[in-house]
Amino acid sequence: MSETKEAASAVIRFRDVARRYVMGDQVVNALDGVGLDIARNEYVAIVGASGSGKSTMMNIIGCLDRPTEGSYVLDGEDVGHMSELKLARVRNREIGFVFQSFNLLPRADALKNVMQPLVYRGMRLSERRALAERALQRVGLGDRIDHLPNQLSGGQRQRVAIARALVGQPAILLADEPTGNLDSRTTQEIMELFDELHDEGQTIIMVTHEPDIAAHCERVIRLEDGRVAEDQRQHKRRALENQH
Amino acid sequence: MFMLWESVRSALASIRAHGFRSILTSLGIIIGVMSVIAVVSIVQGLSATVNAQFEGLGSNTLTVRSYTPFKKALQGQYARLSNEDMELIRRRIDGISHITPILYSQSGAQGRIAYRSQESFSQVFGVGPDWMEVNSSFPETGRALAREDDQRRRLVCLIGTEVIKNLELPDEPIGEYFRVNNDWCRIIGVMEQRGELFGFSQDDYVMMPYGTARRMQGSSRDLDIQVQLLVEDMERQDEVIARIRRLLRQEHGLKAGDADDFRIQTSEQLTESFNAIISTITAAVVGIVGVSLVVGGIGIMNIMLVSVTERTREIGILKALGATRRDILLQFLIEAVMLCLVGGLIGIALGYAVGALAATLLPGFPPAYVPGWAILLSFGFSAGVGVIFGIIPAAKASQLDPIDALRYE
Repeated sequence: MSETKEAASAVIRFRDVARRYVMGDQVVNALDGVGLDIARNEYVAIVGASGSGKSTMMNIIGCLDRPTEGSYVLDGEDVGHMSELKLARVRNREIGFVFQSFNLLPRADALKNVMQPLVYRGMRLSERRALAERALQRVGLGDRIDHLPNQLSGGQRQRVAIARALVGQPAILLADEPTGNLDSRTTQEIMELFDELHDEGQTIIMVTHEPDIAAHCERVIRLEDGRVAEDQRQHKRRALENQH
Repeated sequence: MFMLWESVRSALASIRAHGFRSILTSLGIIIGVMSVIAVVSIVQGLSATVNAQFEGLGSNTLTVRSYTPFKKALQGQYARLSNEDMELIRRRIDGISHITPILYSQSGAQGRIAYRSQESFSQVFGVGPDWMEVNSSFPETGRALAREDDQRRRLVCLIGTEVIKNLELPDEPIGEYFRVNNDWCRIIGVMEQRGELFGFSQDDYVMMPYGTARRMQGSSRDLDIQVQLLVEDMERQDEVIARIRRLLRQEHGLKAGDADDFRIQTSEQLTESFNAIISTITAAVVGIVGVSLVVGGIGIMNIMLVSVTERTREIGILKALGATRRDILLQFLIEAVMLCLVGGLIGIALGYAVGALAATLLPGFPPAYVPGWAILLSFGFSAGVGVIFGIIPAAKASQLDPIDALRYE
């Protein structure tokens, strides 16, 4: 009974997840038996040295990759063994990606970038436009919807990317070093935005190697050699406290 | 259907974003389609004009002419159609409203004509009074040939408008005398203008009474004439043909196994045989030019492959946002097809312009005409080229692994 209740509240459930790559005649264990539950509205940082399995973990959570072994249940659905087609649908509905290098479509303006995920839901243009405008206003870019990425600053680009990640109301917001390409002031602004989104109830998972960023989160999961080495809960440090 | 429309939208945006490159990419298609449309428009314009002229020959016109197989010609045995043959047809076959002999100059050379100090050559032939009715071609001014002219072998003639120009005849040439070979001939009328065909004037001829022409040819024994006739009742045309054939075979003493030494042609057959030639020319040229469309397609494929590589990261992003393989495949395929269609559209416009220009600049060419099928064919072929040469780049794009694609620099 407690098992099902826990499973129902967990938005992400990893059970003995392993991911192996074959490189030549060597087998690389990028993930080696990870068990993990992440509940709704958690604010999680995944940290670790390079080669610890952070990226692999992130790819699997984001349904870009599938585990070699074990099971991954996302929002009640076992996505670990889905076909590519179904995975694409899951990515579209359940995951909002934010990347280090923003990854906006270079020839599309802010509005089109934000509308793009909704195209794959078969949504009409007028609906897409309304939702995308609202998402851009949410991240404070309501007045720049017709700017191309190269007409925006780094911070603004990342805001567009966050708007794009949020527009489809995904179960989780998955950010990969979201401030890696930003200066410290802009980093502050973006982290404030993430904090606000978390306060509004968004589940956020962030992959980072910066302790300052991880300090914003309520829970820090440290990976080492493809295993969970540490899983700590903490009080989140608010952006404002971080100022000095 | 929704994704199709979205793909068209995104393809057009992409083509517009790379305006200059898109034009260069579709240049092969543009030139290919342009050539096809230009050639087709010129040839079809020609065909339309010729058909219009054939229509002057009513559909119930029959032409009988002698026919010598090549083998017999080598042996010097030429088949002939004589005046007696024509008289027999006239007397023995029912259902003929008008019949006329046509006697061309036997040497095949044009006749020498002269007026004052001007000399020229023209096609001189003799016809019966029924010729006007059979060919529905009548004098513009003056009078037609009459039975009297034929019977009395009068030295009178009708001329085409070009003759007036060549001989520098007065503007009102009726009543003037001019020399045809060695005889003086009076002009009694000027025929309606027929225009030019293949750059040759159709109005450079002198038409005289059949009897007069025979007299001028001298010995009548070896004369070979053509016979043109109008069948009264279209329904009975086949019957009339069969009876003429039986009559002429009998008259020419042909045995059961012998081939006909004459041909009976309907005006439809004339039109058909001309159209067959036109179709062959069109098909051959379109086929040759079609190769350039294939070359254009390869150009498109090349650029699309480059574009897929260039946009690898973009493909990764789209996949992360939830694009399926099919979405990506469709997007790139539609982009290739749109490139080809845009090229095709430009090609059709340019081709029509080239055709119209050529028709205007080349003397004697009829106006260019682009038939609907040529436009449809060009569009269809362009789209086909787009699909065929777009599928490989599109498949390559759709097969990309999203993780690798996102990492691609």
